[in-house]
Amino acid sequence: MRAAMKLQNDLHLNRRSFLRVTSAAAGGLLVSLYFDLPLTTAQENQPPTKVYPPDAFVHIRPDGKIMITVNRLEFGQGVHTALPMVLADEMDADWSHVVAELAPAAEVYKDPVFGIQMVGGSGSIAHSFQQYRELGAKVRAMLVAAAADRWRVTPDKCRTEASVVHGPNNQTAKYSELANDAARKPVPEKVTLKNPSEFRIIGKAIPRIDSRAKCDGSQKFGLDLDLPGMKIAVVAHPPVFGGKVKSVDDTEARKVEGVRDVFEIPLVKGSGVAVVADKFWPAKQARDLLKIDWDLSGIEHPDSAQLWTKYRELARTRGNVAVTLGDEKLIDQIAAANRIVAEFEFPYLAHAPMEPLNTTVRFDGEKAEAWVPSQFQTMDQMAIGQVLGLKPEQVTFHTEFAGGGFGRRAVIDSHVQREAAVIAKRLRGTPVKLIWTREDDIRGGYYRPMHAHRVEVGIGADGMPSAWRHVVVGQSLVAGTPFEGMMIKNGVDETAVEGTSDTSYVIPNFHVSAHHPVVNVPVLWWRSVGHTHNAFVMETLIDELATRAKMDGIAYRRKMLKPEAKKLRAVLDLLEEKLVVWRNKLPPPGHALGIACHESFETAVACAVEVSIENKRPRIHHATIAVHCGMAVNPLTIESQFQGGLGFGLTQLVGQGAITLKDGRVEQRNFDGYTPPYIADVPVNVDVHIVPSTDAPTGCGEPPVPVISPAVVNALAKLTGKRYRTLPLVSI
Amino acid sequence: MATYQLTVNGQRKQVNVDPSTPLLWVLREDLKMTGTKYGCGISACGACTVHLDGVATRSCVVPVSMVGNRPIVTIEGIDKDPIGKVVQNSWVEKDVVQCGYCQSGQIMSAVALLKATPKPTDENIEESMGGNLCRCATYVRIREALQNASRQLK
Repeated sequence: MRAAMKLQNDLHLNRRSFLRVTSAAAGGLLVSLYFDLPLTTAQENQPPTKVYPPDAFVHIRPDGKIMITVNRLEFGQGVHTALPMVLADEMDADWSHVVAELAPAAEVYKDPVFGIQMVGGSGSIAHSFQQYRELGAKVRAMLVAAAADRWRVTPDKCRTEASVVHGPNNQTAKYSELANDAARKPVPEKVTLKNPSEFRIIGKAIPRIDSRAKCDGSQKFGLDLDLPGMKIAVVAHPPVFGGKVKSVDDTEARKVEGVRDVFEIPLVKGSGVAVVADKFWPAKQARDLLKIDWDLSGIEHPDSAQLWTKYRELARTRGNVAVTLGDEKLIDQIAAANRIVAEFEFPYLAHAPMEPLNTTVRFDGEKAEAWVPSQFQTMDQMAIGQVLGLKPEQVTFHTEFAGGGFGRRAVIDSHVQREAAVIAKRLRGTPVKLIWTREDDIRGGYYRPMHAHRVEVGIGADGMPSAWRHVVVGQSLVAGTPFEGMMIKNGVDETAVEGTSDTSYVIPNFHVSAHHPVVNVPVLWWRSVGHTHNAFVMETLIDELATRAKMDGIAYRRKMLKPEAKKLRAVLDLLEEKLVVWRNKLPPPGHALGIACHESFETAVACAVEVSIENKRPRIHHATIAVHCGMAVNPLTIESQFQGGLGFGLTQLVGQGAITLKDGRVEQRNFDGYTPPYIADVPVNVDVHIVPSTDAPTGCGEPPVPVISPAVVNALAKLTGKRYRTLPLVSI
Repeated sequence: MATYQLTVNGQRKQVNVDPSTPLLWVLREDLKMTGTKYGCGISACGACTVHLDGVATRSCVVPVSMVGNRPIVTIEGIDKDPIGKVVQNSWVEKDVVQCGYCQSGQIMSAVALLKATPKPTDENIEESMGGNLCRCATYVRIREALQNASRQLK
């Protein structure tokens, strides 16, 4: 790496240029965006772990492999395949040469739109598509320039294909042979990007890069990290959020062989007791033996039953206004026979990613190193630094593969990382892996907030809604956080009303308001955020209205759409086309079709499901999806995201999908009490149809989630005549 | 602490651990075989599934002291089994994984199913795979990959 620095200095590269180029120690090509952290060789005193290039997006290795660095967490959504596809296409790389890695936390890897390094808002492709295209095109131009020099021709006489530059006189040079020369070429300020018709990789159904490693056990996740001398920590958390340790008797705990330390630690709220051991099992055994006297005074003890009473009352009063169109009071003049009054209830939901939360930190006094399966690298790195009295850049932050996340690894207060840092501080010099057990996860808060909705709809003579008054009640996700200024408008947290206040349906005399009660339960964005409940409310009510109007569900929705809702119109058209065969044959006895559509994160989705009732449970035989997500970068990933996203969305519908509290204590502990969907709970088949488009790509991580639950209950309503407004479905 | 002789993927291993230690943690921490995953610790998610004497078993609830002489096969060794190899390849062919964390357990359960029932019905699949949780909900592709593997096994 010193050689690289020297070369860089020798070349007097212009630091103001958008891209900088260095030659890696191994003799390859590195390209990075603004990255002014010093290249460092201070790795001598650290244990051998994964080697992360310090500042790179592309590294052409001498063996021909092309390493592409992904500026985001990979936790199932497939960005670790999709972004390299984008870059490789513009670079004209041979896809079989491409390998990928996750970027560490660094300025250069921040989301170009959000300005922090993160995954969220279904923005990975939407925000980095152009960035990775330009990177690829610039690398290609530099390789061509190097080849042109070698052959004494002009670059425009050269063409590229599959990691080879071809010259005008049948000369050929592999990218790996040109990498060193290319690294000395100036980075072009402007490049011409391909016309979509020239794409060789983008738009193709490319299998995931990480598939094999995830099928043979070799893929390492954050929880799999093993460092020399590493210790394992678990923390006893207070039984009520914000509780404090009054006293702890750790006599028995310390007797467990392998236990190294037991000590009280501050938490983001309240305090807990950390147990550090050589391995997980003694740590957990010791935690179970702690006798902790908790101080639970002076904190609210939330109780679901009481909260529902309060929420229902609040829903009957006007909240802070999110949107108001026409006459708010018109609804009061509409005869009861022409009015629907609907009250909805949505419980707290845990994300429960398969890989339990974890973070590994080693603190060396002057610096620290962290290994985190993180959706929020910038925030988590800062938090660890803050606890340790270090600047963020003094914390070398490795992004580890994550076993799911769904928002749970994008936590504004970085509470898991803070716990790990506090423990690492005490164990100075020793790497410590903090593991949250599944019980910690299920009982640990940071849930999708519970919500009550109350909607009054007036129906006009034409069967269409003529007035709509809607109150949403739920905790704010961002009140009191740095996101507040951006996301709370007029006292309304946008995430609580998204999908309702910005509906694509034309509704005259439309009024939406929101209450944000403060409750002593930490809450967090949960895949698709406010759309989880808002789409349910909107799409079940629209369905009910269509049924009352004796109109076809698709036709009714189409009639209600705003003229500018082009994407939704396109998916309804495509869904209808795909359903022709299905609708023309009678469904088997006891089966019914339910539909829903919704736009979120600029992606529109229409969904149809065929449902029957088995053992008092919805049985989802089939789902058909139509999606408009702009240009489809990888149709295979999109198909997978939709198949899986529907299943994830069913978390709020099926089984024991609810977190409840009694006297401040969470009543569920693990997957025995909080039961997400298993194989029999999700559609047996899902076919996904993508609207062809050359528009800029939009996200596919969250948009699958909102549509499935309303589609399923709309089908159930046809079978039973009942409307389902309280989730999860306890009885049909 | 006690010493145990284990046969893992055909190899003899010796560990010195507390008898109550679940096999899962012996595999992960003592034998450094992290392909077997911790998901719940109560036999409710299947991420820790291994084969114990050929039977799909949740290693998170089997104390190492109860293993005895029974051979253990984990995801790291399943490719040496002809059916295991086909299933693994089928998983790759059908691009099943998303986050991938549960897939070791899914594959181990699938291999056990196909060994017992080479031509599984949808009902067989739901019964045998019914305890393997996947939060990415890759279930549609798991079904496809399983049926695909079954066809390849003839």
